[in-house]
Amino acid sequence: MAENISYPIGPNHEINAPSDFNFIPRSKDEIRIPIGPQHPALKEPESFSVALRGERIMGVDIKLGYNHRGIEKACEQRSYVQDVYLIERICGICSHTHATCFVQAVEEIAGLAVPKRGLYLRTLVGELERIHSHLLWLGVAGHEIGFDTLLMYTWRDRELVMDVLADLTGNRVNYGMNTIGGVRRDINPEQAANTLKVMDKLEEQTKYYIQLGTEEQTLIQRLSGVGVLSNEDAVKLGAVGPTARASLVDRDVRRDDPYAAYADLTFKVVTDNHNDVYGRTLVRLGELMESYSMVRQLLKNLPDGPIAVRAPRKIPAGEALSRYEAPRGEDIHYVKANGTENPERVKVRAPTLANIQAVSKMLEDRYLADLPIVVAAIDPCFSCTDRAIAVDDQASVKGTMNWEALRQYGIDWYKQQGVDFTKMKVKIK
Amino acid sequence: MSETEKVKEALESKFAFLKDQVRVQRERRLWAEVPQDKFFDVFDWAVMKAGFSILGTITGLDEGAEIGLLYHLAAPDGKVLSLKTKIVKDQGKMKSLTGYFPSGAIYEREIIDLLGAEFEGLPKGLSYPLPDDWPKGQHPLRKDWNASVLEQGKEQ
Repeated sequence: MAENISYPIGPNHEINAPSDFNFIPRSKDEIRIPIGPQHPALKEPESFSVALRGERIMGVDIKLGYNHRGIEKACEQRSYVQDVYLIERICGICSHTHATCFVQAVEEIAGLAVPKRGLYLRTLVGELERIHSHLLWLGVAGHEIGFDTLLMYTWRDRELVMDVLADLTGNRVNYGMNTIGGVRRDINPEQAANTLKVMDKLEEQTKYYIQLGTEEQTLIQRLSGVGVLSNEDAVKLGAVGPTARASLVDRDVRRDDPYAAYADLTFKVVTDNHNDVYGRTLVRLGELMESYSMVRQLLKNLPDGPIAVRAPRKIPAGEALSRYEAPRGEDIHYVKANGTENPERVKVRAPTLANIQAVSKMLEDRYLADLPIVVAAIDPCFSCTDRAIAVDDQASVKGTMNWEALRQYGIDWYKQQGVDFTKMKVKIK
Repeated sequence: MSETEKVKEALESKFAFLKDQVRVQRERRLWAEVPQDKFFDVFDWAVMKAGFSILGTITGLDEGAEIGLLYHLAAPDGKVLSLKTKIVKDQGKMKSLTGYFPSGAIYEREIIDLLGAEFEGLPKGLSYPLPDDWPKGQHPLRKDWNASVLEQGKEQ
């Protein structure tokens, strides 16, 4: 047990880092097993080298980078408007998160004042996204501990909010709601009424899950004391979002550094002192209730007026840092403009990169069987984490494809199935 | 005077070379450029004394002959101080911040892979995020880099 250190710890603190990623036992009484990059216990590619003594985890090395797609570099080669759509595709769940974080930075550089109604609608979609993400997480957590009924229930309920998102934005995941200077779609009173109806239904369901979370003994016992992260470690390792808040780190960008319409909203930052997966569950459940309340406030006080201002194609030289409280924690975007249509630099720090470093700590001296739920409990999103480069495989392995070949392969494959895109005359209404 | 302005004033009075160099872009956003040799004096003050105890991330920038490093430090009340310094490309070395923030190692490793900067005192560890078989010396976020470099390597 480390002595009680204050934080920050000063200039001369040494850290242990694995020297190499491999599966060779480092002592006689440990065995090492590989988990990942492709493994049934994982939902996305990452690689763990787990040192075991019996069923106990002695240490874990984590390797990331398998989802690296070159998005930061690609952003530099595209216009700002194109980048909004590209950046929205960093993540399939936090898509609105990244798009908002990016446009906020660009708007700050260009000096654009987004109309209030635009900010409210942007926030509305952001909170609906949080609802869908937290319900999704609850289902995954249920699944990881063998409580598949919870998965079925929460994912059934999640469909309600997905339908609302599709109704408001036209799409279930990549909403395309944001643009530089505001949002692209307004909502009408019927849509607002429908959204409120769904919030009532979801609130009722969430109250049931909260009852389940506080009374159901199997759930409490399975999650308590699993994936422990002390308050001190959470701060030291830079954990963010519900992972940090469940270790009593009272931080939330929505309150601390308000953006969009959050300064106008009343909400509570949910924290918990369980320091474990159970605490993370309670935090997310509490946040769901806060989100329903925020959606109601937004729709009740929705200001009249335009939803966007016109943005110039060329953004004047400058730089800005934008922060956003994603469902998983703090998302940071840095944008540097050079006066042209394309940004000079776009940098993304997704919340999982901050949280993954706490995972090794959470797994230490735990049972191997806890690994899936501990990893799932930070609600990891590795496609967010690994955004930047890797354009093409350079390993000269036979059979690898470049982008052109892959595209051609797709076209040919569909042709064989009787679908010829080149002949298709699609009219977009 | 706002909290943000107070930090600007404190920085400028504490460090003479920062006189009129601290930019307040908007409420809660401070920017300053610091020469490399004095960087950790300012960094130490910001982190240990001024309450900027949260490391957001480090942004690496290709600025021609130099690599720009932007350290985004946040305070619990929402202020963000972005401290910038520059190192000479392919020659300069930056001191690692892992002593202050152990979790900062991954951000430094990212800059090593993508921009080819060097950090002194960074513990040996796994590279991130490029694949293991990525060719040495290819740093994709450098402005003069493009994917055709890899294609050429393949044909030879």
